[in-house]
Amino acid sequence: MGKQNHKRIPALKFILSHSSGQKRWFFLAVLLQFISVSANVLRPHIIRLALDYGIAGKELDVWDPIKPAMLRLLEPLEPIGKLAAFAVAAVVVSMLSSASTFCYRLSISWGTEQFARNLREKLFSHIQSLPFKWHSENQTGDIIQRCTSDMNVLRSFSANQMLDLTRTILMVATTLLSMLAMNIRLTLVTLFFLPIIGGYSAVFHKLIGNRFQSAEEAEGELTVVVQENLTAVRVVRAFGRERQELDKFDEKNNTYADLWLKLGSVFGVLWGLGDMVTALLVFFTVVAGSYLAAGGSLTLGEFMVFISYIHTLAWPVRAMGRTLTEVTKAGVASFRLNEILSHPPEDMREGMEKPGLDVDIRFEDVSFSYGEKEALSNLSFTIPKGKVFGILGPTGSGKSTITYLLNGLYDLEIGKGNIYFGDYEIRQISREHLRRNVGLVLQEPFLFSRSIKDNISIAKPGAQLDEIRDAAGIASIDGSINSFAKGYETLVGERGVTLSGGQKQRVAIARTILLGSPILVFDDSLSAVDLETDKKIRLAIAERAKGTTVILISHRINTLMGSDLVMTLENGKISDIGTHYELKEREGLYKRIYDLQADYSDQGGSQANE
Amino acid sequence: MNEDFLEGFDAQTTFNFKIWKKLAVYFKPYYPRIRNSILMMSLVCVIDVAFPILMKFAVDNFISAGDLSMMLPYCAGYLFLVAIQTWTTFYMTKNSMSIEMLLGKDLKRASFVHLQELGLSYYNQNAVGWLLARVMSDTERITSVIAWALTELFWSMAYIVFSLGAMMLMDWRLGAMLALLMPVLVFATSAFRRKLLVANRIERAANARITAAYNEGITGAKTSKTLVIEKDNNEQFKEYANDLYKASFRNTRSNAIFQPLITFATALSISTVLMYGGAKTLFGAMEIGTLSVFISYATATLEPIQWSVRLLANFVSTQASIERFNSLIETEPDIVDTPGVVEKYGDLFEPKKENWEPIKGKIEFRNVTFKYPDGDDIVLENFNLVVPAGKNVAIVGETGAGKSTLANLACRFYEPTEGQVLIDDVDIRERSQLWLHSQLGYVLQDPLLFSGTIEENIRFGKLDATQEEVVAAAKLVYADSVAERQEDGYQTEVGEGGSLLSTGEKQLISLARAVIADPPIIILDEATSSIDTHTEKLIQNAISTVLSERTSLVVAHRLSTIRNADFILVVSAGKIIEQGAHSSLMEQKGAYYSLYKTLEIEDSIEKQLKS
Repeated sequence: MGKQNHKRIPALKFILSHSSGQKRWFFLAVLLQFISVSANVLRPHIIRLALDYGIAGKELDVWDPIKPAMLRLLEPLEPIGKLAAFAVAAVVVSMLSSASTFCYRLSISWGTEQFARNLREKLFSHIQSLPFKWHSENQTGDIIQRCTSDMNVLRSFSANQMLDLTRTILMVATTLLSMLAMNIRLTLVTLFFLPIIGGYSAVFHKLIGNRFQSAEEAEGELTVVVQENLTAVRVVRAFGRERQELDKFDEKNNTYADLWLKLGSVFGVLWGLGDMVTALLVFFTVVAGSYLAAGGSLTLGEFMVFISYIHTLAWPVRAMGRTLTEVTKAGVASFRLNEILSHPPEDMREGMEKPGLDVDIRFEDVSFSYGEKEALSNLSFTIPKGKVFGILGPTGSGKSTITYLLNGLYDLEIGKGNIYFGDYEIRQISREHLRRNVGLVLQEPFLFSRSIKDNISIAKPGAQLDEIRDAAGIASIDGSINSFAKGYETLVGERGVTLSGGQKQRVAIARTILLGSPILVFDDSLSAVDLETDKKIRLAIAERAKGTTVILISHRINTLMGSDLVMTLENGKISDIGTHYELKEREGLYKRIYDLQADYSDQGGSQANE
Repeated sequence: MNEDFLEGFDAQTTFNFKIWKKLAVYFKPYYPRIRNSILMMSLVCVIDVAFPILMKFAVDNFISAGDLSMMLPYCAGYLFLVAIQTWTTFYMTKNSMSIEMLLGKDLKRASFVHLQELGLSYYNQNAVGWLLARVMSDTERITSVIAWALTELFWSMAYIVFSLGAMMLMDWRLGAMLALLMPVLVFATSAFRRKLLVANRIERAANARITAAYNEGITGAKTSKTLVIEKDNNEQFKEYANDLYKASFRNTRSNAIFQPLITFATALSISTVLMYGGAKTLFGAMEIGTLSVFISYATATLEPIQWSVRLLANFVSTQASIERFNSLIETEPDIVDTPGVVEKYGDLFEPKKENWEPIKGKIEFRNVTFKYPDGDDIVLENFNLVVPAGKNVAIVGETGAGKSTLANLACRFYEPTEGQVLIDDVDIRERSQLWLHSQLGYVLQDPLLFSGTIEENIRFGKLDATQEEVVAAAKLVYADSVAERQEDGYQTEVGEGGSLLSTGEKQLISLARAVIADPPIIILDEATSSIDTHTEKLIQNAISTVLSERTSLVVAHRLSTIRNADFILVVSAGKIIEQGAHSSLMEQKGAYYSLYKTLEIEDSIEKQLKS
């Protein structure tokens, strides 16, 4: 809510650069605009002719090249016939104008909506393709805001204001030309006033701009007070601070209202002046027109055309200030969206090697740091193929970093060691291939708001229900799913059932197992599952997925005990590595925790040793 | 978000005066202003209708007849009208803005005050975002309609009536012909409006789905990457984006018809005037000036018709906002002090502190049976417990087992369905809520802070505390280290909801906030989130300081707190399954025993890992 980034780039350029097939719709829109503006400029002339030629019986005053044709058409007619001809012409021109306005709206919205659809798709797929690092550095709320609000600002700009400028220019130009052709002297009145109206409108928006911003900030502060009060309702109640909260609210509420009241006076002055200037323009045209008509150099019809033109001109010229504001807003939105789009996506290493990954995994002198903080320093170890490899370590010791590196969520920097899958360097392997083959189950897995079935089969669309049940069975979640009223069709997430942490973890395990990857990585992904189920899942995996390399990160000794090899990690360094039987005898982290566990078991804990 | 989008479409299509009448109390102070706005609008309208007549005068005298003798008075009259119009526009704008802001201020305040009185069960049933929208956006919608749309509606309708009247006076036949066009336009406009409403609803639903898809795509990005399902996600999103594209286009297409429709109808009426009026003029039955007035009116009357229809639709759709505002205002608080209590002890906003008895600290639950207002299960049945002054009660159990119930009852956030809660042997319903709340120390698991400085947040617990008292309270619970680490010390801004501090720091501040008033009773919901060892140690020490010498109900997670409690309640699935002192419960080797053991082992593992 605080100070926003007000950098901007030209919105028009941004929109055009992201609309490949839509430019023709925008071009067509400009063309249609021209037709409708021309028709609108033409219409008052029909009334002029009806008044001057049809009624007053003056000479037909039209553009020379079409004069003979018109005379041939109109001369034979009775006066009433002439009027009827003009009446019909007015309707026809109007139809032309209506139809072209309608088509203009259609083509611009066609272009705009297509542009919006394409840009939305582009944003979504680009965000999907951005490296994990980007995701962890940016806030979800901010990105969503950009993709929705900023997108809408841009869309509305494209549909409403983008072509306002061309329309205004077209209109002012054609109208002025038409005015000049009729009467140069009377046009001078308008020519004198137009810059005043335009300039006044620009000043207006500059004047309002700052006040507007402070009013918006005041609204933001008021919202914060209400939101905090509602969020912390228990605290307010428990301390009996309703009175004080109300005082705080009143203060912000008054400030906000006062700012707007002051704005109201400013608006009043400016709108009043705006009305006055337009009315004065009409007035001077009437007075000057009267003198000119009295002097015989202006007909009634011409006078009516002038008055009608002035009414149509005043609005778009006055709206210019607003259009400029929108241009600025759209520029900011463009910048914010461009910031996302210009970030380079993850290099998927497409076309690189796709070797079989049922091989030994070797870390060679691997170091990794997030910014300043070193997470892993000089790790060298081998995970033998087909074995279960356990990792134990305190929070922040770098366990998860190892899984992120294995899965290609983060990249090793050049010169910071290497990871080998058999004979292949990790950098030589296609990233998609790597991720498909390294099945990583996160500690806090994300479930999509779909059915449980779809969640499990999400990475393997078209999987049979049998397979899905089978995977769910291995993850020990089959029973829970069947206990839901809708079974596998149960929706999860916001609009469905809320699963417990352990249930979520197990669904995530089932989803990864279904993939049948040769390497499985459990990043503390059994933490919310009870010990019994934990064991059941591990046994099922060992039995069903023989030959799978399993990497198991856990705080629980019980979980780690069955591993072929356990590595303890402290402060990003390997503190020990060995089998359960070796480690429990050696002084160190593993033994300390093992002893605690053993104490517990001795005291009658029900967890059986394996 | 989704629901919010669909909320606006309560299928209301007719104007319902009853709904508006409910707001009369709030409108009343502004009747004079609203009346002035409407009067001014009528004046503006008369002037707007007068301008074409001035034009007629110019046409008849100056332009057709070339007689400029009346020019001076004409100019004076004209400029006079311009001046009046300028002034009325200025006044109107100011006046309408003041209605909008003052009425808005009142409505916001009324809803805020009422929200302070509503019980926690209301908050449990309504999300903060929903409530916030009631206070902020719904009130703004209502006031903007009253302040602006009402006067605009008056203007449009008056303009139609006045200009029709003027035309009828000049030539009733031509006036009637133009009047005939209007119902057609009204009908066409309203027909399209309805279609538009449907198109709009579909577009918003599609839009909500897009937002949800972005949300899922971004929050689930890590998972999507590990499962390599980005392409499938993209395909799915494309479908949604395409749906939105179609819906939006359909919506704009329905919308695009309005302007051309008006243009065309205008042309029709101008042609009618040209034909009929022109013929009359030809035969000398109508002055040419009159014809020009008719042309002006024909050009200008049709816009207001479309406006009126749109404004009316605006009024109808605002009814949904009014109903939501009303549903908030009309909800009765479920916990109310009796009139007698209010008389003696004062209410939430005007306490009578001189009559307040100090609390010694004995808490008693007598035959308490309780079920949550929004739940079906009986949580407590005939529960009895006496906590003598100065003793600690720890409540333990799994997450979500209903451990907070006793704390909620002791705080009178809820009242027992049957039975009594007594403090110092007096039923707490015989005292005011504020009396109780002002003498409680309360610490929540999620330490909610308010924007402002550290000092202000601590002072929240005792409004008249001196700076020395603030510092002393902070020192007592080791929160002084938090302030000292910051550049601005106690004057450091904590950010919205305390977002600029770490969780541990917020917990320490919230402890200081609870002890500054030296309350005889402490209600504490211990945090479970793991924080760094140093802060954890500080918090542990702080908690034991806070609990000593005070009566306390603690939802406990820390071994030290549990072990040191005088009395322990074990809760499972909303029921109390074991109770007693630590040693006797350990001997029972029941639920408490295994719970304690599990905690112990997790604790030691955690310690080992961290050391």
